[in-house]
Amino acid sequence: MSQENIYREISAAIVELNKEKAIQMANKAIDERMNILDVIENGFAEGIRRVGELWDEGEFFLPELMMGAKIMQECLELLMPHLERGVERKTLGKVVIATIEGDIHSIGKTIVATMLRAYGFEVFDIGADVPVDKIIDTAIEKNADVIGISALLTTTMIGQKKVIEVLKEKGIADKFKVILGGAPITGEWVKECCADGYAGNAVEAVNLVKSLLSK
Amino acid sequence: MTIIRPKIQLLDEKHKAQILLEAKNILETLGVYIENEQAIELLNSNGLNHKNSRFFLPSDLVDKCLGDVPSEIILYDRESEENLSLRDDNSYFNPGSAAMHILDDATYQRRKATTQDFIRFSKIVEQLKYIEAQSTALICNDIHIEAQDWHRLLICLTNCYKPIITGTFRKESFKIMRELLLACRLSEDDLARKPLAIFDAAPSPPLKWTDLTTQAIIDGAKSRIPVEFVSMPLGGANAPITLIGSITQICAENLAGIVISQLTARGAPLIWGGSPSMLDMKYGTPPMSAIESMMVNIGGVEMGKYLNMPTHAYMSVSDSMIPDTQAGLEAGMGILLGALAGINVNSGPGMLEFEITQSIEKLLIDNEIVGMVKRFLSGIEDYGKPFASDILQDYQKKEQLLTHPTTKKLFKTELFLPSSIINRMSYSMWKNSGEKSTRKRAMEEASKLIKKPPIKPIKEILRNELNKIASNYL
Repeated sequence: MSQENIYREISAAIVELNKEKAIQMANKAIDERMNILDVIENGFAEGIRRVGELWDEGEFFLPELMMGAKIMQECLELLMPHLERGVERKTLGKVVIATIEGDIHSIGKTIVATMLRAYGFEVFDIGADVPVDKIIDTAIEKNADVIGISALLTTTMIGQKKVIEVLKEKGIADKFKVILGGAPITGEWVKECCADGYAGNAVEAVNLVKSLLSK
Repeated sequence: MTIIRPKIQLLDEKHKAQILLEAKNILETLGVYIENEQAIELLNSNGLNHKNSRFFLPSDLVDKCLGDVPSEIILYDRESEENLSLRDDNSYFNPGSAAMHILDDATYQRRKATTQDFIRFSKIVEQLKYIEAQSTALICNDIHIEAQDWHRLLICLTNCYKPIITGTFRKESFKIMRELLLACRLSEDDLARKPLAIFDAAPSPPLKWTDLTTQAIIDGAKSRIPVEFVSMPLGGANAPITLIGSITQICAENLAGIVISQLTARGAPLIWGGSPSMLDMKYGTPPMSAIESMMVNIGGVEMGKYLNMPTHAYMSVSDSMIPDTQAGLEAGMGILLGALAGINVNSGPGMLEFEITQSIEKLLIDNEIVGMVKRFLSGIEDYGKPFASDILQDYQKKEQLLTHPTTKKLFKTELFLPSSIINRMSYSMWKNSGEKSTRKRAMEEASKLIKKPPIKPIKEILRNELNKIASNYL
């Protein structure tokens, strides 16, 4: 089978949400000592991009989007240790993501984290009901590029602003891009918080992070 | 005599029994997560098993607590006049609670709500014939965050006499809100005998009662102020995708709430309710007015009725962003289904966008829908035989029935007479009167209502007392 055909087959396995096949193809690539970086970029990443497109077109729904991302993630975990020595798959960036203190709504945040991982970001999902200091400490520790803060409740939104205020107090606000998420979030609120952006859904969130980090 | 009270039902007795049994089993085996210290102390003192914050509630305790819950709550208005009897299939409507935005009727854009918006809103609610209760419907963003919950109650009490559906955002606020309510009554006993407000308490799905909401149950029980459970399973996300699974989850969460309440104070008044939705599989949003959300609401309420409790549901909301056709059809279906299911406290008129935005236009349109539905509920009346032959005989003489004694006597009871919001003009009349849309007609009606004097004006002495209390905390 030509390389191109293998890439196509990998991509198709992701799009068909065929976990068994995707893992089989990942193992095949490892066994055949293929260029793992190319396999990821041309096969798996291509597949997950198509999954995102299908969601966008209304063909796929959230369970399928999440399932595709999960399969992708599992395959990446298999493949990454086999990258040629000295070669690193450049992650698109590091993202620390959390739902703010006082708020236990984690679904939206988890979907975004899964999608970001699938698209090649290194994501540190530190859960829900997370205090401001813990979010910032994790971002510093992990040398994150982006901090994503979710809030579903109008009463906890204020915590998103607090993160940015504390970053400013510490003089490290320019080290991170801060993005907000959650049903009550508006452009107006992003402006008021001096955040870098917000997204209305997981695919938008991926595009937002991509565009922020390409600046 | 009404021939039949129209009614719908989604569960049979067999399934109700099975759901209840499984819900009790869930509480026994999976348990419920409780993080409120007072509740933990209470459960520990009753010797309940727990693993960290997860408490396991035995079925016999659940049954015992169920036996203590009152089957009726009578809500009284600010003036202590008897108002709403929450029992059987009596159906009442109130605007949905705690919207963050108001749809600005001048710009047609949503924006953060202010105190002035809420005052106007409350004054309009007072005038609406079919919206029998009010709610702390808007969060006033110009008020300091720590006062935002109780301050809404102050606005309600000073601008509208109707009973109130409310809730706290902070544990500390219950005391202030109770103080405001007490100012409207002679004593604590008087407030307990004539409840003026219901406090919402929402568990976090699945199977978790947070610190704040548990406190609302405990505070309500101690003060004998009615507490309304608002279980919010999101099917496919934090609750089963099956409707019956989500209904079972509502049941388990509410039963846990009942235990906390009744262990705090036997016989504390409670309302069984919910605001379930099924995750939208495209956008990940929680559509409150999806047909399946309504079905889970109705099934959940049927379980409350099965347990002989007053019931509540969010059944008049729309997920649309503006009061458009979608809003009309969703609110229309929700209001009709809620009433047919005999839900006692129906929340949601005016609400758009997953309970985030309130719209006065929608509120007025929904008021018309509620009026129509109430007419529907009153059913077909049997005035005695003959039903038609006498009248038809008279028609032969007069060739019209407009002036017939039965028409004159009965047209106001047989027909629901809508306001000008519902267009029944001829085309030319509509054209000549400015081709107004429903929204436009609703806004014109709102302008008229706001100019009307209060139906039951607040006494100056009470207004001063409420303001005095507020000034202590602002």
